[in-house]
Amino acid sequence: MCGQILNMTQITKTYVMGEEEQVVLNNINLTVNKGDFVAILGPSGSGKSTLMNIIGCLDSPTSGDYYLSNQKVDELDEASLAAIRNKEVGFIFQQFQLLPRLNAIQNVELPLVYARVQEKDRKQRAREMLGRVGLGEKLQNRPNQLSGGQQQRVAIARAMVTNPTILLADEPTGALDQKTGQQIMELFHELHEEGKTIIMITHDIEIAKNASRIVRILDGKLREEFTYV
Amino acid sequence: MFKENFKMSWMNLIHNKMRSFLTMLGIVIGVASIIALITIVKGAMDGMTSEFSSFGADKITVQAIGTPLKQGLLDSDIQKLSEIEDVAGVSPTLTGNTTVVYNGNEKKDVFVQGKNDVYFSKTKDLVETGRGINILDIDSENKVCLIGANIAEELFWGEDPIGKKMLVAGVTYTVIGTLHESSSFSDSSNNDAVIIPYTTSMSLLGTGYINNVDVFMSDANDSEKITSDIEAVLNQAFNYNKDGFTIINMQDMLSSINRVTTMMSLMLGGIASISLIVGGIGIMNMMLVSVTERTTEIGLRKALGAEPKRIQQQFLLEAVFLSLFGGTIGLLLGALIAYAVCFLIGASFALSVFTVVLAFGFSAAIGIIFGIAPARKASKLNPIDALRSV
Ligand SMILES: Nc1ncnc2c1ncn2[C@@H]1O[C@H](COP(=O)(O)OP(=O)(O)OP(=O)(O)O)[C@@H](O)[C@H]1O
Ligand SMILES: [Mg+2]
Repeated sequence: MCGQILNMTQITKTYVMGEEEQVVLNNINLTVNKGDFVAILGPSGSGKSTLMNIIGCLDSPTSGDYYLSNQKVDELDEASLAAIRNKEVGFIFQQFQLLPRLNAIQNVELPLVYARVQEKDRKQRAREMLGRVGLGEKLQNRPNQLSGGQQQRVAIARAMVTNPTILLADEPTGALDQKTGQQIMELFHELHEEGKTIIMITHDIEIAKNASRIVRILDGKLREEFTYV
Repeated sequence: MFKENFKMSWMNLIHNKMRSFLTMLGIVIGVASIIALITIVKGAMDGMTSEFSSFGADKITVQAIGTPLKQGLLDSDIQKLSEIEDVAGVSPTLTGNTTVVYNGNEKKDVFVQGKNDVYFSKTKDLVETGRGINILDIDSENKVCLIGANIAEELFWGEDPIGKKMLVAGVTYTVIGTLHESSSFSDSSNNDAVIIPYTTSMSLLGTGYINNVDVFMSDANDSEKITSDIEAVLNQAFNYNKDGFTIINMQDMLSSINRVTTMMSLMLGGIASISLIVGGIGIMNMMLVSVTERTTEIGLRKALGAEPKRIQQQFLLEAVFLSLFGGTIGLLLGALIAYAVCFLIGASFALSVFTVVLAFGFSAAIGIIFGIAPARKASKLNPIDALRSV
């Protein structure tokens, strides 16, 4: 299975709150192939963000096996996890999460700093990527000098600049109006067409329809909805 | 990687200018007070030491009040002292007060010293013009004298005194030289003095006893042995009456002064380091606040692939920056204060390399010691908890 880049089997996540034990993810099996555009759809509190954190190697499951790019994630140490987050995953957050003191280009550069790319090369790649998301004119703007949609574009450029295996977006349009949200979705489409693997989390069925494949999550259980193509 | 962390730390400190400044202030005050105290104490003590050295570090002073039977040392005792091994020369001193007259102008209560050739050959910067007393003057009890700067001015009015005849205690003496004008406290007495050969002074002062002798050593390292030899001679001279004489060894005095200086520097430095520790706690406090404030930033950096050790390095650098920067300002401030104080009290100002290294070493150490805990805390933050805190 050469196209398979993500494989989860029997993933369970439980939180212990005092006496009570809350099962947030319950025996989840998920496989994502190269070039997939998957939407994970579910209501608030269903465990979407928890799942995304595990996919992005920010959190570890209570039990189950997780392979990302043929690496068994739960066997890795902190430094290797950092390297995986840096090279394999591109995060896009609902609240953009740009560093306020850095301008657009510096924000986009950041993952490359951690990848130890030389400064000249870094600037070049950041500039190209910002041009790619339509912000070639706003390189020096700080986040507070950009609109919400523009900020999310900077965040997408930052996620893309390391050319990661998967793009992981948690409610990427959640803080944007419908029109701007649609523009971001168009950008996702373009990236998908270029062959990028995208996992997008949303509670909005309309947004989820942009994906080629929708997976529903409800009470910690996963159910394949339907697949385009 | 270091360069990037360096930039990030710097940007962060610049962004919080006021807070960084206030945090630094503790270190500034601490380092400034250490530098100032050490430098001032050292300057003052150096002054004292050099004053003592100008008395002569290579000489041993003997004061002999003698016994009722023998009220001082005789020429024969002086001879014995000069025969001690490793003694380069012996310089006796006789003192008295008398009146001098030149050209009808009279000056009363002039300090007369009887000295020998050894005194002139061993004392630096003594003779201003003319010559000193030589062995011939001693042997033939010549009536010659050297006069201090004040006497030259008051009696000779700018006239060249050399070769002139003046009356000392009613006897005619020829002026053979003038003494170098001295400003330092220790030998300013020379300015009002008249120096004559000590053999001549015995008859002038009407005594055969010498109460004061300087013994010059050819090697100051032998001072202990020479001191005990001197003691032996004096014991013989005064029949083992220990009250008859005192031996003052400059070498011993210098080393005890040095001991006191070092102790004082250490003590004052120790007190001042307390303020450094307080400054360090200030840095730690600010860094902890900063880590809490920047939880989201830390989480994001981790999500983007920052390794824990990088986060740790970034925060540690910030702390070290703060303390080193504070240390530099403190060093400048302390040096300035020390310079001003040394200038005011007339001490010599010298900033030693040791002090500078101490200041930087101390502030870097403070930065590391008090920065490590917050930096570790930052590096251990769980990225999801950190990101969720928005
Ligand atoms: N650290 C934690 N400790 C205890 N419970 C937690 C923790 N993190 C998440 N949970 C619980 O797990 C459940 C799922 O949370 P999650 O954030 O994944 O929901 P979500 O699907 O992303 O919701 P939303 O759409 O509102 O973002 C929630 O009930 C939440 O209370
Ligand atoms: Mg969520």
